[in-house]
Amino acid sequence: MRREFSKTIEKIAIEKQELIFLTGDLGFMALENIKEAIGERFVNAGVSEQNIVSMAAAMASEGLLPVCYSIAPFIVFRPAEQIRLDVCLHNLNVKIVGNGGGYGYGIMGATHHAIEDIAVLTSFQNMKCFIPISNEDVEGTINAMFQHVGPSYLRLGFGVLPEGVSLPEFRHTRKLYIGRDITVIGMGPVLLNIFKLVGKPNSTFTADVFVISEMPVPILSEEIKHSIKKTGHVLIIEEHVKRGGLGEHLASHILENNLQCTFNQLYAKGYPNGRYGSQSYHQSLNGLDANNIELAINQILHG
Amino acid sequence: MKEIELIKRDCQYKILSLYKKANAGHIGSSLSCLDLLVYIFFKKFQDGDKVILSKGHAALALYVVLSKAGFFPESELETFYQDGTFLAAHPPCGNKLNGVIFGTGSLGHGLSLSTGLAFSNKFTKKKSNIYCIISEGDCNEGSTWEAALFAGQHKLSNLVVLMDNNGLQGFGESEGVINLNPIVEKWKSFNFDVSTAENGNDFKSIEQSFVLLNPNSEKPKIIIARTTKGSGVSFMENKMEWHYLPMSDEQYHIAINEIPA
Repeated sequence: MRREFSKTIEKIAIEKQELIFLTGDLGFMALENIKEAIGERFVNAGVSEQNIVSMAAAMASEGLLPVCYSIAPFIVFRPAEQIRLDVCLHNLNVKIVGNGGGYGYGIMGATHHAIEDIAVLTSFQNMKCFIPISNEDVEGTINAMFQHVGPSYLRLGFGVLPEGVSLPEFRHTRKLYIGRDITVIGMGPVLLNIFKLVGKPNSTFTADVFVISEMPVPILSEEIKHSIKKTGHVLIIEEHVKRGGLGEHLASHILENNLQCTFNQLYAKGYPNGRYGSQSYHQSLNGLDANNIELAINQILHG
Repeated sequence: MKEIELIKRDCQYKILSLYKKANAGHIGSSLSCLDLLVYIFFKKFQDGDKVILSKGHAALALYVVLSKAGFFPESELETFYQDGTFLAAHPPCGNKLNGVIFGTGSLGHGLSLSTGLAFSNKFTKKKSNIYCIISEGDCNEGSTWEAALFAGQHKLSNLVVLMDNNGLQGFGESEGVINLNPIVEKWKSFNFDVSTAENGNDFKSIEQSFVLLNPNSEKPKIIIARTTKGSGVSFMENKMEWHYLPMSDEQYHIAINEIPA
């Protein structure tokens, strides 16, 4: 998604002269176009995420539009207090951008993964998280993020929309596929694994598939409510830990709406065997790949 | 200087009486940096300037000086420490009090915030200055030095840092906790224009330290102000416990009587 991100930011930065792009010394082979296009408004502040976030809060208080970019865990966890105090408690229009959400950095290892970012950030006041599902979704998601005036987080990853799947315009909840047996709700590119199963000639089930692209999700959409009433089964898919993730957020909505259903979750469990590999390896190890999703759904539907 | 001395005395009186009324601590911290705050607001401050108190635990010193300088009514001070106040023990977040741009209290944020303001002012070609008051505790935090590196790199000459260098911090003497010396050389090596106020609780000394700064320097500036924790109250001076303790009735009586009439 980095390519789509840099192209979109370049476009927005040319239009919005108040945009200041702050990077924590990252962006090689990815952000050169932004640097070229906006000159002195592109600031490599060095590897100093805490300073970057506090400075961004101050810049926003002066009417500038700062974007803070780094690898997701570096720009979320290291300066978490700066995000909480200087950005969120002052409700300032700072855009935090983390590349490599979930296990996106694969073999780079745990230091480079962000599987608790949404839990941390959605617990902060005024923060909105924006999570594109695929490369094709990045521009629309970024535009939505810039329409929101306030603390924002963009979780970038990597994912290509499969052929035959169409993506509606950005909304916090979008329906991607119509089925009848189960309601599958996911966040981020990991949800695309469901499309290796639904709509295939040998598929043993059909599913309503929804993507959530804004966290905390403000309301449970009517479409999701109807779907749950119809299927009676919910499966959550997220490349994020269970605590504070999509599943827990939606569970509270489902309870508040008195919806009767079985509630099932596939999520990131961390590093169950202590070993590292590609993003696909981690997805597989955590039950998030297509085979494990199929097993989980068959278990839910047929016991 | 006579007028500013009177302002200081009034502020000292208010600080002691409000801390007594609240039965609260951080008295020594407020008295340590009071002179720096009074000097900035009454001798240096111009329209558009901004002041960040990074050592947010000295909030009452900031509140009384802001009120004295007309940022909000003096009556507001009476709400200090009360339920429902904006005047908490540390400055409030979210632009709730005129003159308080950022809530502070967790050390190590103020210099980064000030650096961001200074960068913004340079970028938008505003002529105003950003003043930031930091403590030794602030200088234990890595983020302070991240900000210092950035300010030096970007030649933020509109940034003026005042270090309340009283030699004490939360749980010990600074030299025994984290020795910051050689502090002057340290800041110089971070590309700051450095000056020292040998007595940061004396306006002439503070004034002299400003004179010694190079007006043509492109560097950010810092004044290392050698201050006394609890300055002006004999039994509090240079005593770590007055970071925390509230005053008894007897101590309050002694303290108030030590302020020149």
